[in-house]
Amino acid sequence: MFVIGERLNGMFKNVRKAIEESDKTVIQELARSQVEAGAYSLDLNVGPAKVDPVKAMLWLIDTVREVTDVPLTIDSPKWDVQKEVIPQSGDQPIINSSKADPEELDKYVGLAVENNASLVALTLDQQGVPADVERRVELGAQIGAMAMEGGLPMDRLFIDPIILPVNVAPKEPENVLGALQQLKLLSDPPPHLILGLSNVSQNCAQRPLINRTYLVMAMTAGLDAAIADPLDTDLMNAAITTELLQEKAIYCDSFLDAHRMRG
Amino acid sequence: MKAEDTAQKWTAAINEVTIGATSAQGGTRARTVTIGGARSIPWLAYEGDVGRRPAIAVEIWDSGAESWPEQLRNAYGEVIGDPVAWARRATELGPDLLCLKLMGTHPDMGDRSADQAADTVKAVLSAMDLPLIVWGCGVYEKDNVVLPKCCEAAKGENCLFGAIEEKNYRTLVASCLADGHKLIADSPLDINIAKQLNILAHDVGFPLEDIVIFPQTSAVGYGSEYVYSILERGRLAGLGGDPLLQQPVVATVGLEAWRAKEAQAPAEALPGFGPAEERGPLWETITGTNSLQAGVDLLIMRHPKAISNVREALDRLCATAAPSVSSA
Repeated sequence: MFVIGERLNGMFKNVRKAIEESDKTVIQELARSQVEAGAYSLDLNVGPAKVDPVKAMLWLIDTVREVTDVPLTIDSPKWDVQKEVIPQSGDQPIINSSKADPEELDKYVGLAVENNASLVALTLDQQGVPADVERRVELGAQIGAMAMEGGLPMDRLFIDPIILPVNVAPKEPENVLGALQQLKLLSDPPPHLILGLSNVSQNCAQRPLINRTYLVMAMTAGLDAAIADPLDTDLMNAAITTELLQEKAIYCDSFLDAHRMRG
Repeated sequence: MKAEDTAQKWTAAINEVTIGATSAQGGTRARTVTIGGARSIPWLAYEGDVGRRPAIAVEIWDSGAESWPEQLRNAYGEVIGDPVAWARRATELGPDLLCLKLMGTHPDMGDRSADQAADTVKAVLSAMDLPLIVWGCGVYEKDNVVLPKCCEAAKGENCLFGAIEEKNYRTLVASCLADGHKLIADSPLDINIAKQLNILAHDVGFPLEDIVIFPQTSAVGYGSEYVYSILERGRLAGLGGDPLLQQPVVATVGLEAWRAKEAQAPAEALPGFGPAEERGPLWETITGTNSLQAGVDLLIMRHPKAISNVREALDRLCATAAPSVSSA
């Protein structure tokens, strides 16, 4: 399971404040703790800051680089930011994210190929977030085809079929599962399938419980990556246990510790 | 038409474990033996490096080998009553190392004391210059008294000590750490326990890179297919990146082969099975070559004929493998 740590996001007050004040301590502590907790990559999002987003992102990258060398996920919907930042974000960065519109996707695939980067692509176009399984799969297939044409290997493509909060879009958790099941058959080897997991519980009670229950359901349907909170130990334990039950590891009594030793 | 490349890519390697220390390394051995290192499933050289040539150890006992089957006793003669003389005789067979099994310390097989056992370890180390495996009698309470003394007596020689088990590991782990020896981790035909035992040893400070695992051995005809499947699961997980199953494997080939009635029964007891003097060594040979197919890195063997047979098989298999023996 590729867990991309979500905590370095300007939506969190402490992170936003740290970015505004160029306070490295908070950022570096969150970077370190997420990697220690098992994050494969760290998502960096400067949030709705008033400052220059490129400058803020580059500062964030440099600050995080001082404490860890895991691949960085550059989280910005702005092409200008991605184009500028990706070549400066270290080894094997992840672009987060492109929509499925052909003109936009084409540019992003090119950026990923040129920079040995991975790409998160959303099953979302000008018509918005699909409200069913079929449209998600259709857009996912379009993304897969364009990536292949553009020379981006499937193991560097992450398709995100977009999960919405369960309290406002109650049918979508089930629709996303249906889409995951079909998207994993898209190619052999398949692309990675990813979700911004915490979104499923936005503005809900019992968020951690909803997140980890849905993570297990989605992993069973084919999810192999998530932008999530690695500091949620119960969540990480649920992911490790799911992989054990999927025979991705050999059981031993200390299977949680054993998994964490794999680094 | 170009044939499809079906080679599997492995992301990790089996650990290399070195046994023995030369004078330059603080010991008195003429050479060291390194096992492991495979980056492919056994002998599939086109998928990756097959690793070091598997090593052969000759098994000798401190005392009590008079109970061995006649064909084995005949192969060594009177020396089996004297571990020092036996050690010298065993080195003449050209093995990579020796394995001194302390069966004489077993409460029911002589109950030799820890001091006596330690003296034997010292005497055997003085009598020959190959790397040494020292293996306790298997009774926890006794091993926990005997093996620490033996570890101390062999300090500096970088021996391989056996064996820790899930229910009894702390004492020997501490001794091997203190005196600089490698460890055998014994798990009863259970890959889950093999993994668990490694994590237990790791948690009390023993490096995973210094462990050789012993997921048990089985003679031909006595469940060797099951053992194969256990070893295979472990090896696939190790090559796939599980650091708790990346340890090289030891097999007690001689012990298991000679338990079989087909190996030890006299001709009159098994008419039609062929001459007893050939049957036993053949049973041990095939048990040994089977182990090699399963990925075993270190074979502990008994009969001189079987040892030379398996060595011949290894010569053919290992034409391109890195040698296990490194001279001073």
